[in-house]
Amino acid sequence: MDERTPQSAPVIEPGHTFATVTDKISSIVLTRPTSNGWFVGFGVAFLVTMGLLYAIGYLFVRGVGIWGVNIPAGWGFAIVNFVWWIGIGHAGTLISAILLLLRQSWRNSINRFAEAMTLFAVSCAGLFPVLHLGRPWLGYWLFPYPNTMNVWPQFRSPLVWDVFAVSTYFTISLLFWFIGLIPDLATLRDRSENRAAKIIYGMLAMGWRGSARHWSRYETAYLLLAGLATPLVLSVHTVVSFDFAISIIPGWHTTIFPPYFVAGAIYSGFAMVLMLAIPIRKIYGLEDFITDRHLNNSAMVMLATGLINRLHGPYSFFYFLLLVCNIGIPQVLWIRKLRTSPLGLFLVSGVILVGMWLERFIIVVVSLHRDFLTSSWGMYYPTRWDWLTYIGTIGLFLAAMFLFVRILPMISIFEMRTLLPQAEVKAE
Amino acid sequence: MKRTPIYGIMAEFDSPSDLVAAARRTYEAGYQKIDAYSPFPIEELAEAIGFHTNAVPLVVLIGGLVGCVSGYFLQYWISAITYPINVGGRPLNSWPAFIVVTFEMTILFAGLAAVLGMLALNGLPMPYHPVFNVPRFAFATKDRFFLMVFSTDPKFNTVETRRFLEALGPRSISEVPS
Repeated sequence: MDERTPQSAPVIEPGHTFATVTDKISSIVLTRPTSNGWFVGFGVAFLVTMGLLYAIGYLFVRGVGIWGVNIPAGWGFAIVNFVWWIGIGHAGTLISAILLLLRQSWRNSINRFAEAMTLFAVSCAGLFPVLHLGRPWLGYWLFPYPNTMNVWPQFRSPLVWDVFAVSTYFTISLLFWFIGLIPDLATLRDRSENRAAKIIYGMLAMGWRGSARHWSRYETAYLLLAGLATPLVLSVHTVVSFDFAISIIPGWHTTIFPPYFVAGAIYSGFAMVLMLAIPIRKIYGLEDFITDRHLNNSAMVMLATGLINRLHGPYSFFYFLLLVCNIGIPQVLWIRKLRTSPLGLFLVSGVILVGMWLERFIIVVVSLHRDFLTSSWGMYYPTRWDWLTYIGTIGLFLAAMFLFVRILPMISIFEMRTLLPQAEVKAE
Repeated sequence: MKRTPIYGIMAEFDSPSDLVAAARRTYEAGYQKIDAYSPFPIEELAEAIGFHTNAVPLVVLIGGLVGCVSGYFLQYWISAITYPINVGGRPLNSWPAFIVVTFEMTILFAGLAAVLGMLALNGLPMPYHPVFNVPRFAFATKDRFFLMVFSTDPKFNTVETRRFLEALGPRSISEVPS
């Protein structure tokens, strides 16, 4: 490792012991009073989630006609948002699984909330294809189950592949997140003063007692799960891109889509990780654990994946905005000073998220709105229901994140302990 | 088998190095039914207490194979046997189209096997365990390291074992009621 500042910055500030790491992270959940800011933030996110419920309720009553989609542009916001949210989720798995296999120890302090982010983002993503079905209450028809109609799903369709890919991805992300939480839940069980909290955390920890035999099997299972999640995360966005690439629509039928989608996913996902990490570390005083090195490393991953994202599709205003957001502005990340400036990174991340959303919009809508015959050309304009549904899922995502930071340890306590110099076993 | 009123004797240590050294010496002294508890995984510890057979990889392999075979068979049975749809005379068992779901099912079953297998082999969930009767054991999930000799060990003797553990220089010693 070289001597330059952000690179050689420690992943954990010196002077911490097992006890201080434990107390600092668990106290956020156990003893820190819930601030007014939290209530305001959660309240706003909750209200927006209610907006989502309203939009969904109206959709159930009136049908997809309330959206701007029509022939020729049959796919609109729902699919754009689906791809956008799935992509955001990918960074969580990348951080937790791929960086674990590569033994990047700086991931230990950001993997927990990145995994939570994955779960919530995939939940938001999963809503859209179901809402887009037309008769969403029959969504379970997508799964193969014996039924009185005697019909089965068509396994040659990428849309059915998508069902399996996304539901597997959600399940594996949930398992990975939960298995990582078990030792920390045991810590909360033993630290908690409140009887109800003790019982709830105790049930979730399932009687974990940190036995050497248990740790040995635990580590193996965790590592294998990471090994399984790695090809999975690459496959999920590949399958999402198949929804487009296997069709015969010009602009969609292209072999570049799988790698292109995966790179875009990591790009936007890291932007979301930074958008969340920067305010969280400030508000909860976690600068000791999420250091400038983490910000710098995340920024470099964004820069690298951003270079893979090339120009695509024709749509004047959105297209140029996309170019500016995804290609132009992120180039400032070459400057090292900016890579460690929290405010600067926060803004660049926001710009990238907007840019990646525009990219998906362009892929979905622009290819559709020019049909094969000029007489069939049309335009797609999102309605207020499209917007309310989209903004509503952002509310749902934020509300879930607010709850998560309040009731679960947002940094993996036991993995932070292993980073301390005291954790090294000295030879006799 | 003689009945002992206690579950075992537990010694508390301050650092992972102390615990690993103590565990090695206890195991070398001929104690076999021992266990060690730490707030984070310590690679050397499992080997120090004589734990070598980790069956998790095998369980995951079996899970993955079951997922792979059943995933493909599900699609084959649906598309070629029970609900065949003739699309321009193309083969019913169109295997390239079935690869994606086969892969996803492999990952799903292997992942479930990893988590459920790990928990089952560890005997979890187990809400009650005698070690929790020791008040100091609450620190095993914070910053303390514990070594335990079970009373079922053939070499176990309340007085002798206690003296042996005291010689290892622990911070404290407690008897674990069963």
